[in-house]
Amino acid sequence: MRKVFVLTRVTRLLVPERVFHSAVGREAFHLQQRRCFRTHSRNLAYAKDLFLGQINKAEVFPYPEIGNEELEELKQFVAPVEKFFSEEVDSATIDHEAKIPAETLRGLKDLGLFGIMIPEEYGGLGLSNTMYARLNEIIALDGSIAVTLAAHQAIGLKGILLAGNEAQKKKYLPKLASGEHIAAFCLTESGSGSDAASIQTRATLSEDGKHYLINGSKIWISNGGMADIMTVFARTEVEVDGVKKDKISAFVVERAFGGVTSGKPEDKLGIRGSYTCEVSFDNVPVPVENVIGEIGGGFKIAMNILNSGRFSMGSSCAGMIKKLIELTSEYAATRKQFNRSLSEFGLIQEKFALMAINAFVMESMAYLTAGMMDRPGVPECSLEAAMVKVFSSEGGWVCCSEALQVLGGLGYTKNYPFERYLRDCRILPIFEGTNEILRMYIALTGMQHAGNVLTRKVKELKKGNIFLAIGMVGKSIRTSLGGSVDLGLTGNDWVVHPSLEESAKKLEENVSFFGSTVEMLLHRYGKTIVDEQLALKKVADVVINLYAMTAVLSRASRSICIGLRNHDQEVLLTNTFCNDTFFKNNFLMVQLQKHSPENNDANIKKIATAVLANRAYTCSHPLERTF
Amino acid sequence: MSGRVLVGVKRVIDYAVKIRVKPDHTGVVTDGVKHSMNPFCEIAVEEAVKLKEKKLIKEVVAVSCGPQQSQETIRTALAMGADRGIHVEVSGKDYDSLGPLQVSKILAALAKKEEAQLIILGKQAIDDDCNQTGQMTAALLDWPQGTFASEVSLEAEKIKVVREIDGGLETIKINTPAVLTADLRLNTPRYATLPNIMKAKKKKIANVKPADLGVDLTSRLEVLRVDEPPQREAGVKVETVEDLVAKLKDTGKI
Repeated sequence: MRKVFVLTRVTRLLVPERVFHSAVGREAFHLQQRRCFRTHSRNLAYAKDLFLGQINKAEVFPYPEIGNEELEELKQFVAPVEKFFSEEVDSATIDHEAKIPAETLRGLKDLGLFGIMIPEEYGGLGLSNTMYARLNEIIALDGSIAVTLAAHQAIGLKGILLAGNEAQKKKYLPKLASGEHIAAFCLTESGSGSDAASIQTRATLSEDGKHYLINGSKIWISNGGMADIMTVFARTEVEVDGVKKDKISAFVVERAFGGVTSGKPEDKLGIRGSYTCEVSFDNVPVPVENVIGEIGGGFKIAMNILNSGRFSMGSSCAGMIKKLIELTSEYAATRKQFNRSLSEFGLIQEKFALMAINAFVMESMAYLTAGMMDRPGVPECSLEAAMVKVFSSEGGWVCCSEALQVLGGLGYTKNYPFERYLRDCRILPIFEGTNEILRMYIALTGMQHAGNVLTRKVKELKKGNIFLAIGMVGKSIRTSLGGSVDLGLTGNDWVVHPSLEESAKKLEENVSFFGSTVEMLLHRYGKTIVDEQLALKKVADVVINLYAMTAVLSRASRSICIGLRNHDQEVLLTNTFCNDTFFKNNFLMVQLQKHSPENNDANIKKIATAVLANRAYTCSHPLERTF
Repeated sequence: MSGRVLVGVKRVIDYAVKIRVKPDHTGVVTDGVKHSMNPFCEIAVEEAVKLKEKKLIKEVVAVSCGPQQSQETIRTALAMGADRGIHVEVSGKDYDSLGPLQVSKILAALAKKEEAQLIILGKQAIDDDCNQTGQMTAALLDWPQGTFASEVSLEAEKIKVVREIDGGLETIKINTPAVLTADLRLNTPRYATLPNIMKAKKKKIANVKPADLGVDLTSRLEVLRVDEPPQREAGVKVETVEDLVAKLKDTGKI
């Protein structure tokens, strides 16, 4: 299949444009394409292929849609949830008392919000990722409730959903769906946060081979104090080819098994209503039937669980920002200074534009990813989900801060919700995988994929594949000649609406430059790229931006094509974001080029080394004298 | 007493929305504006479902008159516990001129067709504030009416209704079949939980045209103009009572 793809690229390079676009040329081109029979399941590699300078149009255009019936149903669901949150949820009290009242929890359970994605046959609502994301827009209005529900269903019981067997599902899911039992996800330990593979909690098989005894301590467990069912990760001894090894396994542990103790709630900066605490396991007997998946397969299950819930942070943050815009604009329109309302001043207007753009991008990314995940087959969208998480968590923090700034001193007081939103937001870049780790994951996974493909190409070259050689040479010539890039977004087979042509061209240019930048980095560093975190960070930032640009272009194109209300606003937001991001990306990529004078990374490392060696600021005081 | 209860539900602009008048002054802006069930209709549905849960009645039928979107309102009633729905299709010009007289004719026709024992409506809709449909329906059917109900109890073949009136509370006993209209303090409507919404998908909504019921929709009213209430003007502070009287005389108020 790859050979055919290369052939088509070569055809386009060798055949002059006017011939290419002639009837004959087009026919030949289409003949090539028609030969691509799908003999394997859809390989959802949109983000990964960006690292090769490729845009897989079919994965992200057109923007995913849900059927009319589903949309109607969704609107029906949204109404009572919105009503509940506006009438029955007192966020200020929850924050102040650091507790979610029992009646509120009862109301959430009755509404059915504890089993949103559990299949109907087990008593849940059986909703798709897209619907889950939509409901999260509303649930996010209270940070503590959002985290409690997410800890329960997005990670706490997800293991049973994704990797559990029929017996486990039948036994545990119904009570979890109704909220009678609450779930928690127990992975982190005091010595193992980001380095999850280093956990020390141990599960040893009993003499009779019927139980595992779990010993260890976990920290930062959301719902830790009230969870009845926990997904616990522990080291187990397994035999691999006759060699005894330690591998992590996943277990469903009931508090009722005995030996489980939880500490008192941590006094946190934000999401204070969420019960976060230590959970200790002292010889807890867990029947072997409660192993999730295979013994030794726990780490993979943990990563799958975390990957599957991440994307919804996009819609949560978008929902929160939209609320902030409403609250803040009321104030900006009525408050007057210098005889004019705040909304007339440029610096205030800039903040509203920032919030609008951020909400727009987050929504677009979240629902694009959710739509991709809802497609039939086994969706591998971990990269895309991670990108949504990084963008949304940081964008959310900035927008909260700017919204508070609009209200000035008032925003700083507890009389207004802004300081609570800010405090609740601060956890987002930290949990569910710190943004630092996720950036490394995004960059390294993509570069590994690119590396594999490029290595294969080199092997092919060595075998004497002429077409491949011509293709690669042609590509380098074109890039160095600065010829215009055409990755198929616009033109005769356009997928991006013509009114967004300029922004689409910017994306194509960025993607092409990115592809060659990645190739150059792999050339330069090879395997040692793993240690170049400052370079990897720039790579991650660029590709996150590329995905964001793709999402908004796809969404806005659809809106124009179907004539959605206010689509002209979407065009404005898309073009503004793409314009801004195009230059940011170019600057990041320029810094990555060899001997780039714009790159400060070496100096940054020197400064950091000195400060850390000194364990303090290293300079003499400016008032100090030497004579 | 057993049998069927008809509950009328109306789709109105949501109470939290800021109403804007259309530029041509023919009405208010409804396009793209959030709509939901009239709050008093919610109370009516809640009461009917409560009666069914107490096993005092057998079936709750939710009725709405309006365009395609009225079905959403019926679905909400089904999610709250109604057994089935009837959507009386009225759209376009007919919908614009649809008022209490037409709706009460429809409800009366349906009550006869469905052999209903009780009709429960909200006391008024929050968009037109007419407060007429319940009363007109009772008159057309020649049934007794218990309006502004804040308490309803079924006793044998009669209904005891406590009504909220200007002077306080009035308790009456009426025969069945009857028409009741719900006031604010009758009950607190339940949330349509998501599992119930999913169950409601299986419940049926029948489609009926006013012509099938032999109802003539022509309106005797013509809306001439719709305006916003006058902008509230700033008040003026005065120092003494004499000043006040002088100002009032100046502006011709006294």
